[in-house]
Amino acid sequence: MMALLMRDLKLAFRAGGGFGFAILFFFIVTLLLAFGIGPDVVLLGKIAPGALWVCALLACLLSLDRLFALDYEDGTLDLLTVAPIPLEAVVFAKSCAHWITTGLPLALVAPLLGIFLDLPAEGYLWVFLSLLAGTPALSMIGAFGAALTLGLRRGGLLLSVLVLPLYVPTLIFGAEVARRGTVGMDVQTPFLLLVALSFGALALLPFAAAAVLRINLR
Amino acid sequence: MILSVKDLSVSRGGRLLLSGLNFEVLPSEALVLTGPNGLGKTSLLRTLAGLQPQAGGEIITENETAVYAGHADGLKSGLSVIENLRFWADIFASRHRLNDALEQFDLSDLKNRLAGRLSAGQKRRLGLARLVLSERPLWLLDEPTVSLDEPSRQGFYKTLQTHFDDGGGAVIVSHTPLALARSPKVMDLSLFAAQGFFTTEVDAFL
Repeated sequence: MMALLMRDLKLAFRAGGGFGFAILFFFIVTLLLAFGIGPDVVLLGKIAPGALWVCALLACLLSLDRLFALDYEDGTLDLLTVAPIPLEAVVFAKSCAHWITTGLPLALVAPLLGIFLDLPAEGYLWVFLSLLAGTPALSMIGAFGAALTLGLRRGGLLLSVLVLPLYVPTLIFGAEVARRGTVGMDVQTPFLLLVALSFGALALLPFAAAAVLRINLR
Repeated sequence: MILSVKDLSVSRGGRLLLSGLNFEVLPSEALVLTGPNGLGKTSLLRTLAGLQPQAGGEIITENETAVYAGHADGLKSGLSVIENLRFWADIFASRHRLNDALEQFDLSDLKNRLAGRLSAGQKRRLGLARLVLSERPLWLLDEPTVSLDEPSRQGFYKTLQTHFDDGGGAVIVSHTPLALARSPKVMDLSLFAAQGFFTTEVDAFL
């Protein structure tokens, strides 16, 4: 499993691997949002936690269609299915690589992008922590969606339609943690629910995604 | 016996392609499958590899016996030759030395070149080198000599012979005769072609 994780990280960080696209997209969408809303700092500060979460979520979606598609096209997925590594572990390793190259960097840059939206200083830590706790669920749910749409023409579009509704609970609790943290309210309940969502997704979805992959590979 | 197939039926997309297949692959033995395009040779290999379920019959083999080499070589163009091989060696927990595999397929001089910059024949050789690293007794090969020039072909036959000498077996789909030291069993799959019935009523609509 480590070999697969390391290979995917190596490929992502090399030229043409796609690392940085999600951050660039996050940056551009946040900037567009700030320009679109205008110089109303009170309004911007109020919507900043939720807006950053929506932008991060969309950025996370961007690279999902490549998660299994590249391995499917070059035959690696077939070979991995026959290899002495469970397909569930393949899904888990690839989702981890997606999180390390997408979710984690998004969580790290989100507080910086909060400056564009006039995010209050108290919110920086909570935007970071909420994304850190919530993005594993986004990667895992995305992996399930990518498995479902593997091999389909225009699968990328279908993937967005399938995955976005599944992102709603994570978005609700993630944005709520960031909002409550920003205004100094207690964050314990939404934060624990967000962590539970991520752990739940990590524990269950590799099995669901692997089952779907097996069917799609037939 | 490495592989035993009893009354096997093979389908693709719900359409029955082959039926009534019975054969065995013994250690040090090769079985070559022939037949016209579209008959179901690749589907049969994929079924034997466990990549798709059989429409009927039985495949008797031990777990983790087979390694599959299909039309696509499973190479990452962004990784070098040695990195590609190292990945598969790690996946199969191979004790085989990477340099030996490189030498066997005449890839030593190319080991630091990106796989994306290799020719089709060189890519094929790299894909086949993966078989050696798998250390599995049954090789399921789909047109392994496509894109290979004569010296590469001879090198591949040599590797195949070493595999047989070590007690391994192979099921090979090939349109061209293989120049192996010991003549392989040849099976013409046209004799087992089904009449294209759908395997189930539900499958017909999938």
